[in-house]
Amino acid sequence: MRRSRGVPGAAADSPDMSGRGSRVYLDHNATSWLRPEAREAILACLDEPGNPSSVHADGRRARARLEKARERLAAVLGVAPAQLVFTSGGSEADNLGLHQTDRPVLVSAIEHPAVLAARADAIPIPVEESGIVDLDALEALLVRHRPGMVAVMLANNETGVIQPVAEVARRVHAHGALLHVDAVQALGKLDFRLDELGADFLAVSAHKLGGPVGIGALVVREGLALRPLVRGGGQERGRRAGTENVAAAVGFAAALAAWSEEEKRRLARLRDRMEEAMRDQVPEARIIGLGAPRLPNTSCVALPGVDAVTQLVRLDLAGISVSAGSACSSGRIGRSHVLAAMGLPPAVCNSAIRISLGWSTTAAEIERFVEAWTGIARALLPARGLALVPARPT
Amino acid sequence: MHPPVIRLPGVEPHARVVVAMSGGVDSSVAAALCARSGYEVVGVTLQLYDHGAARGGRGTCCAGQDIYDARRVADHLGIAHYVLDFEERFRREVIADFADTYARGRTPVPCVRCNERIKFRDLLQVARDFGASALVTGHYARRLEGTHGPELHRARDAKKDQSWFLFPITPAQLAFCHFPLGELTKAETRAIASALGLPVADKAESQDICFVPDGDHAQLLARLRPEALLAGDIVHLDGRRLARHAGIGRYTVGQRRGLAAATGERLYVLEIDAARHRILVGPRAATYCRELVTGPVNWLGPPGSVADLPVMVQHRYNQPAVPGRILRLDATGARVMFETPESGVAPGQACVFYAGDRLLGGGFIDSAPRLSLPAPETTAAVV
Repeated sequence: MRRSRGVPGAAADSPDMSGRGSRVYLDHNATSWLRPEAREAILACLDEPGNPSSVHADGRRARARLEKARERLAAVLGVAPAQLVFTSGGSEADNLGLHQTDRPVLVSAIEHPAVLAARADAIPIPVEESGIVDLDALEALLVRHRPGMVAVMLANNETGVIQPVAEVARRVHAHGALLHVDAVQALGKLDFRLDELGADFLAVSAHKLGGPVGIGALVVREGLALRPLVRGGGQERGRRAGTENVAAAVGFAAALAAWSEEEKRRLARLRDRMEEAMRDQVPEARIIGLGAPRLPNTSCVALPGVDAVTQLVRLDLAGISVSAGSACSSGRIGRSHVLAAMGLPPAVCNSAIRISLGWSTTAAEIERFVEAWTGIARALLPARGLALVPARPT
Repeated sequence: MHPPVIRLPGVEPHARVVVAMSGGVDSSVAAALCARSGYEVVGVTLQLYDHGAARGGRGTCCAGQDIYDARRVADHLGIAHYVLDFEERFRREVIADFADTYARGRTPVPCVRCNERIKFRDLLQVARDFGASALVTGHYARRLEGTHGPELHRARDAKKDQSWFLFPITPAQLAFCHFPLGELTKAETRAIASALGLPVADKAESQDICFVPDGDHAQLLARLRPEALLAGDIVHLDGRRLARHAGIGRYTVGQRRGLAAATGERLYVLEIDAARHRILVGPRAATYCRELVTGPVNWLGPPGSVADLPVMVQHRYNQPAVPGRILRLDATGARVMFETPESGVAPGQACVFYAGDRLLGGGFIDSAPRLSLPAPETTAAVV
């Protein structure tokens, strides 16, 4: 049975009341539920005309809303408002960042397609089995290719593994290159400031953290000029043309502001409890990136012997949304380039699903997921009777 | 036409069933009938090849129109639907076999290979893994419950009957499979699609081999088995070298088309000698054979001895079955004798046995010795 998704004004602290029907949604890294705070802020904008470029009172009001949103976002990121250029989303922000050099670029092998495809000639930087970029390899590539730019994401969308961006920045800058950081998954779930990271460009997006789809930003280090991708009416100080999406920008700021330290801790506790329960119930389960620092909301779990697509489908048919690999726009499920780049064996790559929690995730949802997944694992794992009996400890 | 309520024998009401959805009108109607009859339908569409590359463009990950259509039908029906990446195994199990068969001087039937190795083996296993009780396809064939279990029969619509393509399905696979269109005519299927407002109701029939969209398989051979396109001789049965050809992969035993040899007589391909890249041609009278030998046979008929069993034999998809007898059937294959000599029996094609409408079994044609011609041509046949 389907019910309407989302009720205007649903209380933020009781996400179970938001009318989502009986499905369990654990795919927040794909896109999250709109936070009630964002919804209210957006609704307040929708019924007012006003192009921020217009000189009249309506235009001025729209501009005021837009700049207020820019200031709120900039404050969280530790930058001046002028450093933040709104875009249509994370993909555009990544493309805009990678557009800033004509010299060779190095990109980590686990980047989002928006980075990997932004420059067809990009040279991949290998990652270690932990999922962390290989710093020695980076050093060697910097010497060999003398790149104009390097792109290393802050946290990976599939594994949640956090990259040592500050260390990467030191090395990249020592070789005179610029650093682009895709922080789309990290924003909201991880505390960071642009200057601490040492990034020259930082791409962020609203809909992964409870804001609307269709808005993102490129944050630019102070003093750096930006070569625009979209030219036109001179909006965003000439750095990105097109009438500003005021309502979405306002929703973005409201959604980001709603994230608290307590919420991040709550997600980490839920996630850790979930992984513990999965491994308790199904010892064959393998948590990817367990030894590395990870986002509090992301879990990538392999179940060698049970195809990831099969797990995803059976969970979906049981009313639970997770993801596996990278779904392209046709909906076909492809294999994960991230896990392959980590050098994990095919049996692991082919059997890993991603469970990503969000602001609305409850303990009851996690329990339902673990129960359903355990049942599927037990039904599909190759006959256990054939397993070797472990030797008794002597 | 009002859509009938269907019952899949042996499947519990409301049970989960996987429907193989190609994006065409037939499988769309199969899915619709199952959904309207109360089953929990899970639509599955296989991405079998790169649609961009198949049309000569650059490879993309984006699917073609058929996958888009299947998704739209699933949306329309309100059923779950998944697109599975079968490219690698389709390339390995069907496309490579297609090219290899041509390179061996034979004429492949890729749709049979796809049924054998993709749909009724791998997709069937996927359906089981998805927790389904049955796999449903839009084939025009009938599964009837017999005394020894399910039997495979020709479709009610003789013009659309596709049972010939299903001959490799094993009894265990057949027990899991259902073909709800077997009782319908194509016109009825279209009428149901229209009545239900399916987005594909007016979609044209697919004609070509799906991975050779323009009907020209030479490009594919050039990439996979270039030796099948090596030039060679066209030799007459009487020993004359008539002309050169541009690759044995362009010929099929029994065909007349494409033989530009200006000898004034109508010539037919009699044999394809892959080792010598040679095409043997001769008059229509030389195309006949009385016997053929198949590779391993999939048997769906009643158990027991088949020695000398009279059967109807269909050795091409688009021509009627003819009377014959199975002389021998063992693990290596069958030896089959026609009641009257048959023309155009092409190695690589399927030889399928029927008793009335019931499909008994079949195998791929291995060889079909030509009948000796009456003198004087017989002597000239030794080349």
